[in-house]
Amino acid sequence: MNTTTHYDVAIIGAGMAGLAAGIRLAHFGKKVCIFERHNAVGGLNSFYSIGGRKYDVGLHAMTNFVRPGVKGTPLGKLLRQLRIEREEFALCEQKRSRVAFGPRGETSLTFTNDFAVFESEVAQKFPAQIDGFRRLVALVKTYDDVSLGAQPESARAVVRRHVTDPLLEDMLFCPVMYYGSATERDMEFGQFVIMFKALFLEGFARPFDGVRVILRVLLEKYREAGGERRMKCGVKQIVSRDGRASALLLDDGTEVTATHVISTIGAPETERLLPSGHLSPAVSNPAPSGALSYCETITVLDRQPAALGWGDDTIVFFNDSDKFTYAASEQQVDVRSGVICMPNNFDFGPGRELPEGLFRCTCLASYPQWAHLPEDVYRADKARWYAEIQRSAQRFLPPLPSPDALAAATLATDMFTPRTITKFTGHAGGAIYGSPVKLRDGRTSLANLYLAGTDQGFLGIVGAMLSGISMANFHILQARV
Amino acid sequence: MTKDETKKVVLEIIADIAPDEDISNLKGDVRLRDQMQLDSMDFLDIVMELRKRHNIEVPEADYIHLATLDSCADYLTPKFAALGK
Repeated sequence: MNTTTHYDVAIIGAGMAGLAAGIRLAHFGKKVCIFERHNAVGGLNSFYSIGGRKYDVGLHAMTNFVRPGVKGTPLGKLLRQLRIEREEFALCEQKRSRVAFGPRGETSLTFTNDFAVFESEVAQKFPAQIDGFRRLVALVKTYDDVSLGAQPESARAVVRRHVTDPLLEDMLFCPVMYYGSATERDMEFGQFVIMFKALFLEGFARPFDGVRVILRVLLEKYREAGGERRMKCGVKQIVSRDGRASALLLDDGTEVTATHVISTIGAPETERLLPSGHLSPAVSNPAPSGALSYCETITVLDRQPAALGWGDDTIVFFNDSDKFTYAASEQQVDVRSGVICMPNNFDFGPGRELPEGLFRCTCLASYPQWAHLPEDVYRADKARWYAEIQRSAQRFLPPLPSPDALAAATLATDMFTPRTITKFTGHAGGAIYGSPVKLRDGRTSLANLYLAGTDQGFLGIVGAMLSGISMANFHILQARV
Repeated sequence: MTKDETKKVVLEIIADIAPDEDISNLKGDVRLRDQMQLDSMDFLDIVMELRKRHNIEVPEADYIHLATLDSCADYLTPKFAALGK
């Protein structure tokens, strides 16, 4: 008797990549099921509730925003491929953001969704560099960043050919690295191009209600297309036979079979499910975990941040000296640099504002120094670093009217650490951007198992969705029968 | 199905794939690619929607016949006829 359920495609992980792949496959008639260990969808871009408030997990802003009518960009491709109308995401644009360097952010470059603003800031603050900067931008615009065969090249080396002032170089790398780099100190130039376009040439936006609007749209499309999902039911093991994934052993002890398997949970995380313990001949064994993790503090305010005198910056990338170091934190948290996000400062339309103020700060943090602390020490360290991170970030904002103004306006706080990331998303080492090694074609050592999502190498939430789409297209829908 | 009806079928698919394009004044003899922003992902979707909605298979070697609305009509109309449509 054979009672095993069979799917055309089994997808591991209900994050952005898994949902997007699922929509494509179900739309074109495949019998698909998504297996998710957590009780919520979204993966690294989910949301949660505490004390009656909903918080976004990681999303500061959706990158890659372009206005209606701008075509041929990742956002447009994504909407078409998933048959989503632009209005469904109801994206609201950022007001303006900054890169601020120096002990109090003395050197600052403002940017908006209009690239001319950034260009004129560079021209004004770095007049000797503007010609080189324009050459770099021209190169970025023409670079073929989706080519799978491009020779890897150091982004630092390429940028230095055009930008010779180390301060400007670091000010360009800081946002690009913070919003997507899984490698320390330098990155691959193709990845730099993807991020530079996503942040500066395209831009930031968010739905009024945050990431859950995007997730709701994805879930609805998936359901309409006939896709199935199993929540609180992860995959414990990928059973292989004759070089193929022959079955999936689930957390509840049952087994399912599938013609194709797409894993979106990351390279080292997928490798752990394989009896052979080796994901792909293209990566070392074991597949390396990322060394870059983060802490984030979230402060809920009884007023808009602007009412504290903080202006209307949407995102501030800060670094307290001329030299920016993007590397695994040596201390529990590295507060020298970070990212401030004030979600209130998107343009939600006349008279429309978030009901409460939000002040979020992200800094690099060390997974090993958070992972194994006893509970009481962990709590005490969280409280201590919460204060440190806030103090550091405030150096880059206008001074408050009184020293206790922030505490007086605070309604609630929350904080995540590298340990939180691993606990809820299963990502090894608390690495939000995954492994430093990416498998661009998604192929693994098993013929019918493909990788999509973060470790396939597209970045950001738009990148994650496009990754799911392209892997579904390339390996399953486009494949000749 | 007449050639004009075939064109309508193709236009319906394009309208669903690329709702941000204006398809009201497309010329029949000019490449679709030159009149709209359609990339290879979009062409693949036209092929897959033809299969899904109308059971019509377009082998990769024949993609070239989908270049213009007129060539779509010439190529697809006999295929619809073969299915009794």
